[in-house]
Amino acid sequence: MLVSQRYASQLLEAYRTRRPIAPISEREPNLTLDDAYAIQLAQVEAWKADGAVIKGYKVGLTSAAMQRQLGVDQPDFGHLTAEMFHPANATIDTSAFLQPKVEPEIAFVLGRDLSGPGVNVAEAIAAVDFVLPSLELIDSRIENWRIGLIDTVADNASSGGVILGSTPTALNGVDLGGVGCNLIGNGTVLASGAGAAVLGSPINALVWLANTLGARGIGFTAGQVILPGSVTAAQSVSAGSVVTADFGALGAVTAVFG
Amino acid sequence: MTKWTRDLVATELLACEAERRDRGRFTDEWPELDLAEAYAIQDETLCRRLERGETLVGVKLGLTSRAKQQRMSVDQPLVAWLTDAMVLPSGVPVPNSRFIHARVEPELVFIMGADLAGPGVTAATAMAAVQTVMAGAEVIDSRYTDFRFRAADVVADNASAAAFVTGPVMLAPELLNLANEAVVVEVEGRVVDTSTGAAVLGHPGEALALAANVLAERGMSIQAGQIVLTGGITDAYPIPPGASVAFHFSSLGSIHIAGGQ
Repeated sequence: MLVSQRYASQLLEAYRTRRPIAPISEREPNLTLDDAYAIQLAQVEAWKADGAVIKGYKVGLTSAAMQRQLGVDQPDFGHLTAEMFHPANATIDTSAFLQPKVEPEIAFVLGRDLSGPGVNVAEAIAAVDFVLPSLELIDSRIENWRIGLIDTVADNASSGGVILGSTPTALNGVDLGGVGCNLIGNGTVLASGAGAAVLGSPINALVWLANTLGARGIGFTAGQVILPGSVTAAQSVSAGSVVTADFGALGAVTAVFG
Repeated sequence: MTKWTRDLVATELLACEAERRDRGRFTDEWPELDLAEAYAIQDETLCRRLERGETLVGVKLGLTSRAKQQRMSVDQPLVAWLTDAMVLPSGVPVPNSRFIHARVEPELVFIMGADLAGPGVTAATAMAAVQTVMAGAEVIDSRYTDFRFRAADVVADNASAAAFVTGPVMLAPELLNLANEAVVVEVEGRVVDTSTGAAVLGHPGEALALAANVLAERGMSIQAGQIVLTGGITDAYPIPPGASVAFHFSSLGSIHIAGGQ
């Protein structure tokens, strides 16, 4: 069995049993970034074979703090499938996850196709139909979130789910880097940040992903949702958590966990 | 060992400031030094500043963010005095030769349109007394070695006040959602931190109310025309000679600060 198939199977099993696995990077210290993406893609292919539809992508490791923590100097990406989207203000069953956390993000919704390589900021902005306030539900199939770059890439960039708000805003005149966000948990401010925490501006994450996927022959299609990365540090959630990402003029989104 | 008194501590703190000399915390040498005595020392240093010709221009809050309280192991916000000697004109590099180990932090700044006297001031009644909101950059410079202090030490030391500069935009408070007013901190052109006004006690109006109520305990109030620095929104950053730090606010403009000699 290929090494990518072996670890893809273990990760798929971790989703089913909700029992996390030991860090892959500790067992296979020679795995490359390409190997890790091969493990991720093997899982995506398995999901597709079961009928999953790709609705977009997420960019991870976009903050200076996270990059420092994992000792990396670039982001990573994961796939978003249709079933990962959860409605706002409706109870999300936390027992479906292993060790969930939430992150506030400014989600991009594309109005037209966009393919790298060679995409610049101007083209990326022009391809965005609107942004939405969002919460990304991250989760790790690796024990105690003990992840290195290889582990999180293999594990679909630690994706768990997405909760989109319903306030579309066009990018005309919006300074995404200056958009403030407060993450409120059960009525208390848990963390505060601004869009610039994401690679200087969330649009830079969209550019990076368009070019990174472009190098692999993959393009974005109109209607896809791209999560560019978190504006604050992630916060753990459990049954009973009510979390709101308040983006001020860009709207707010609330996730309820049961 | 010195038998410390209110007058001696006030003299020593002003001497440390003038001589750019840091020292150990007084609470190690004077364990009975409590917050009430510390505020009396702070008021004594203000009197001496006024006697030597400085003018009172407003008040500042310190340790208003939970992150900062945790880092400094002090569990409450502090109130202190601002005089005209602390005003740093826009565009002037931070004069490091005047300071011990200066750091700079972004703040939301209020210019008062009416007097505000506690007790019983709420965030809502406090905001109603604010005429103008501006961005600010506060230079803090503890007179204690490595910024190591207990609450009473830092209160006596005028909450590490050193200098401040105000930003380019003036807005009426009703035009702003201060809880979502964001700041992006750039050091040498790189984004190192971001936050919002909610980092200050949930809303900077809460800090203003707290200042009015704390001052009322000593029979004092905030006056129309005074400046109120509501407390750092992010960590404070070193600003040595040659350094460049920028605070970009979402509605209140940008402040660029250079480290000078």
